[in-house]
Amino acid sequence: MAVAAVQRRLVIRADALQRVLAFGALIVLIFIFSLASPNFLQFNNIVGILLATAVNGVLAIGVTFVIITGGIDLSVGTVMTFSAVIAGEVITVGQMPVPLGILAGLLAGGFAGFVNGILIAKLKIPPFIATLGMLNVARGLALVISGVKPIYFNDTPEFNSIAMGNVIPAIEIPNAVLILFAAAIIASLVLNRTILGRYTFALGSNEEAARLSGVNVDRWKIAVYTLTGLFSGLAGILIASRLNSAQPALGQGYELDAIAAAVIGGTSLNGGEGSILGTIIGAFIISTLTNGLRILSVPQEWQIVVTGAIVILAVYLDVVRRRKK
Amino acid sequence: MDNVLIQMEGIEKSFPGVKALSDGQLELRAGEVHALLGENGAGKSTLMKILSGIYSKDAGRILYKGKEVNIPNPRTAQDLGICIVHQELNLMPHLTIAQNIFIGREPRKGFGLVLDETAINKQTQELFEMMHLKLNPRTKVSELSIAKQQMVEIAKALSFNSQVLIMDEPTAALTDTEIMDLFRIIRQLREKGVGIVHISHRLEELRQIADRATIMRDSRYIATVRIEDVTINQIISMMVGRAFDETAPEVPENVEQDIVLEVKHLKQGRVLKDVNFNLRRGEILGFAGLVGAGRTETARAVFGADHYDSGEVCIKGKSVHIKSPNDAVRQGIGYLSEDRKRYGAVLGMDVETNIVLSTFKKFLGYLGWVNKGKTGVTAKHYIQALSIKTPNMSQKVKNLSGGNQQKVIIGKWMTANTDILIFDEPTRGIDVGAKSEIYKLLNTLAHEGKSIIMISSELPEILRMSHRVIVMCEGRITGNLPIKEATQEKIMQCATQREAIL
Repeated sequence: MAVAAVQRRLVIRADALQRVLAFGALIVLIFIFSLASPNFLQFNNIVGILLATAVNGVLAIGVTFVIITGGIDLSVGTVMTFSAVIAGEVITVGQMPVPLGILAGLLAGGFAGFVNGILIAKLKIPPFIATLGMLNVARGLALVISGVKPIYFNDTPEFNSIAMGNVIPAIEIPNAVLILFAAAIIASLVLNRTILGRYTFALGSNEEAARLSGVNVDRWKIAVYTLTGLFSGLAGILIASRLNSAQPALGQGYELDAIAAAVIGGTSLNGGEGSILGTIIGAFIISTLTNGLRILSVPQEWQIVVTGAIVILAVYLDVVRRRKK
Repeated sequence: MDNVLIQMEGIEKSFPGVKALSDGQLELRAGEVHALLGENGAGKSTLMKILSGIYSKDAGRILYKGKEVNIPNPRTAQDLGICIVHQELNLMPHLTIAQNIFIGREPRKGFGLVLDETAINKQTQELFEMMHLKLNPRTKVSELSIAKQQMVEIAKALSFNSQVLIMDEPTAALTDTEIMDLFRIIRQLREKGVGIVHISHRLEELRQIADRATIMRDSRYIATVRIEDVTINQIISMMVGRAFDETAPEVPENVEQDIVLEVKHLKQGRVLKDVNFNLRRGEILGFAGLVGAGRTETARAVFGADHYDSGEVCIKGKSVHIKSPNDAVRQGIGYLSEDRKRYGAVLGMDVETNIVLSTFKKFLGYLGWVNKGKTGVTAKHYIQALSIKTPNMSQKVKNLSGGNQQKVIIGKWMTANTDILIFDEPTRGIDVGAKSEIYKLLNTLAHEGKSIIMISSELPEILRMSHRVIVMCEGRITGNLPIKEATQEKIMQCATQREAIL
């Protein structure tokens, strides 16, 4: 039994290596920025970082699922916008209560994900192409439905408080951040404790073996893409609430930050490996970096370059780790 | 006979262009270990894949405990209690042992929402205790050796309460002690009345484990025998006994010729263990052995397609370091892959382009334009010289027959001026007529002074074509036979020899 225990510990260590590395990197980043600028560790700035992480973090949680199956979803950013626009239309034009608008937004995201799943599992379109198509379809629909104009939620102040209010008044942390953490905990449970999570890993690890074991591979793939769509819907509600408006032109490029967060956090683009905790750390690395560089007055163009380089580095670490095995 | 579990009769199966089974038969009794024997491509795996629902049969019938059954998919086979442990492992490396064993039928708790991890670990532990295996159900499969993974596959098959357990070459990758472990478990199962089909190329194992054997040859049933009634040599002659009337090759006197390629102490992980051989000018050197013996791996290492750990490759007496196929081509080595579709030809492109593909530089004119006139002349020359049957040279290669595709690839290497050609299964999937044309071509090439390595799993082909035969087994050279001394029996003996004699 003692041998088994040691073995088990070693296994966990090898698996979590990239997560530990990512967490270390986050600490180092915070340390460097706090030395470089006294403003960095100010309470307001920290809240700013947390808030900036919320939307990308939720998107990244969703995209983590499909990446673990060995797939990809490039449409999460524009599906987020599409969901925000749907919610906006239902609440402002449709004059429906806010909860119904939220539900409509979530369903819109889930539906887009479901369609992705059908395209990939049933029509056998490669995930990259199917979701690239969905990226444009969702972007176009958001523009069409909104009439290319932002939708403002000025008549429903409670909508804005979804993200920006304080459920716990004692600590001045906006709800968006709490929602991110709640979403992360739920996603983590789904990934590690439920059948959906188990098959998410199984699909990415060896899809053929899962099929030969009698797993209905197509159905579970569709379920995973639908779940990713639901998280994009949630991100749509969060961003609309935070901006107090649904901005139909927004969204493109968000998918890359989300994928970057997952990869930095140790989710393997080859499938079969990944964790929600890692993804959250990855999302925080990206927003901390962006925030820190801005405080140091590095031009925004250069911030983009740095984020790109970090993603390449993270993927390279993954490749090196794999080769050693 | 009331303890007959499985009765397969007259099973037929065709794949596009190949008849994989013309008359498959098998009778499996409860509580026996039944060896299924035959050369590569004799149809053993196909027959077992039909029994386990992976392939559907074209004709014939399957009786299970006396009743005719239809097995359209693996799930049905599992429900009947028929399980297969595949030649290629079918596990999910990122999941734990227990998760792998219970994939697709996980017990749940909490209103069916939450996986009951404790339950699967406990049940797996019980399974392992029954098998006397010391493995932790929580270990990830990627951390296990091949042998342990094999055990996990068997445990998985057992967890279905299998009545019939099919093992497709389970010992191919195992060491001796691991094989002993496996046999101990097989014997336990036999005691319990499980019928076990054991596909193996290791004939010396038969006496230890098998009760009866069914022999297949050329996709047909040959005989079923009791192991104690026959000798290994009798089995071998049943396996290879096809009559073949082609005359033995005329071996040119090439002992005097220069050695063009010499390979010394080539090693690569667990795949190649000290491979030594040489190749003379104008020689056709046959490489015989069973699938997985390391022949293709040797060829790929020499060609620079895979890295090797240590060893030396000399070309015309000079030690060379070949790091990539590009280096190999520059040294005058060409490799014709066994998998033409994946590695050999660019199927979507035309005959002309394929022929000049690896030597484009020769055909470049001003500013890097391809000189169409020159490529056309070259292509036309080889279409004639190799008698490639194509309506014209702008025909796409994918529209040609297998034999003509092979010729296009040969044409490609001839434009590249290669002196050493490695043919990996040159006639696989090619019909009989085209085969003899390929053979003629090989002889012509050798006559012109090219040196040829021919890897083949078909013994008649080896005996017909080679001037000398190298036999490999488990990453070692176990035989180096001049053609006059080579017989099918001798080659099979070398190919199943687990320790090197040289």
